[in-house]
Amino acid sequence: MNLRALQESFRDWLVHESPALAARLGAGAKPGLAVYLNTYRGQLIDCLAQTYTVLHAWLGDAAFEAAAATHVDRVPPGSWTLDAYGLGFPDTLGLLYADDPEVTELACLERALAEAFTGPDCAVVDTAALGAIEWDQARLALVPTFTLLPATTNAAAIWTAVSGDASPPPAATLEVPTQIAVWRLDFTPRFRTLELAEAQALELVADGMSFGALCALLAGRHGDDAGAARAGAWLGQWLQDGIIARVHQGSDAPS
Amino acid sequence: MKPSFGLGLRKPHYGDFLETAVPVDFVEVISENFMVAGGRPRDILRRVRERHPVALHGVSMSMGSVDGLDPQYLRRLQQLVGEIQPLFVSDHLCWTRTGGFSAHDLLPLPYTPEALEVVCRNVIQAQDALGRTLLVENPSSYISFAESVLSEWEFLDALCARTGCALLLDINNIFVSATNNGFDPQAYLAGVPAARVHQIHLAGHTQGRERLIDTHDRPVPPAVWRLYESAIRRFGPVPTMIERDDDIPPLPELLSELDLARAVTAGIAREALPSSQLQGRVA
Repeated sequence: MNLRALQESFRDWLVHESPALAARLGAGAKPGLAVYLNTYRGQLIDCLAQTYTVLHAWLGDAAFEAAAATHVDRVPPGSWTLDAYGLGFPDTLGLLYADDPEVTELACLERALAEAFTGPDCAVVDTAALGAIEWDQARLALVPTFTLLPATTNAAAIWTAVSGDASPPPAATLEVPTQIAVWRLDFTPRFRTLELAEAQALELVADGMSFGALCALLAGRHGDDAGAARAGAWLGQWLQDGIIARVHQGSDAPS
Repeated sequence: MKPSFGLGLRKPHYGDFLETAVPVDFVEVISENFMVAGGRPRDILRRVRERHPVALHGVSMSMGSVDGLDPQYLRRLQQLVGEIQPLFVSDHLCWTRTGGFSAHDLLPLPYTPEALEVVCRNVIQAQDALGRTLLVENPSSYISFAESVLSEWEFLDALCARTGCALLLDINNIFVSATNNGFDPQAYLAGVPAARVHQIHLAGHTQGRERLIDTHDRPVPPAVWRLYESAIRRFGPVPTMIERDDDIPPLPELLSELDLARAVTAGIAREALPSSQLQGRVA
């Protein structure tokens, strides 16, 4: 057996417990092969448990371990980094908990927070330097860790309660589906559940809409004064949150 | 080689290393934990690096993969090496990846001419990309292959000769593999090229049902200390560190363990001194 065939046979032992490698190596190798199998599965399950601590607490040990074992059976790891292994776990949870969408949404929130934790560093805009900005032409560049997650349940409230050692609320469906913003400020991942209109505005801003165009859009919906007030309030909140990396003007606009 | 002694940097001790003067000559980190875009892990590593030399110890290079090295992995490691300017860069004599599958475990190689070709090719590529000597660590193994025509130490000797790489000798791994696979650990020490041993790991293991398991979850046991003493007698002083990955105790316990390594090296150095010099020191 050449080296490639051996490595593929070893992979098949770890992923499917295919007996070919054990048969080839003989009975004496069985205890050693069992060590490799236990290490492989244990490491992947530990990785999921470390990434999804709140979900683990929400589901309980038995349900979480069963879901993790299903994921290990379903999705062999492909990346050089173990951090990537948990990225597909919400998909497995979606299959296992199709009638409990808060489970998948809770997992998606934890995944986004974990990704933000090690995402690119980025300073936020210096609010003291914003006095000279011509806001009509300004475009906002968001921090690279910023992302929006769809939210149809109270998964965010569950996360907050569980991570704060408080009693979590029962799972519930939101009256109006919305989005959760996730980002990192300094070294701490953060999130905030948005009103749907603010989430839509942030999507437009992220796509390059100028602040003036956003104001015009809101003025068309709510009238000049109310539209401008709403845009100004959101801008103040975004600056306070620390999700704006830069404010570009005119030819300085991001591509 | 100047004797130096270090510890693996682990999360429970970040505060100690950032806020106090920990008496170590270097620290070692798991490279992959810091091969991330940014955030707190990279910040901690930068700040620790301001206080201590740092060795980068990898687990995912997969130098035994027939598929070759993962270019994305190598780029990330290059970037980290460029920023940290590490004392050593090391990874394991093993494979972890084949055909889009990554096991995240240190899987064993048969010690054949074909495997030697593969590992040499990958080590040379890594050294060229990183612009420095790679330290290759002997893994713990739980099986052996009938088609192996070289012992592990013969394989490492040939690897060093052909690539110019150096060795990170894990004394616990020698003990574990020797017990599991039935070879003489002293023959191992005698067989590796002494001048290429640039770093030593010390760790503990666990007796499993039918194999010793390399768990790194307890103090270095007496048998491993005895083997370490043999190693230092053969290789002379080599930068040595305690590698603890689970059931991590308070830092003072690990520092006490590291003092034992210092004592072993110092004791052997004293034995090597002419008696006239020893008398002069006592006086």
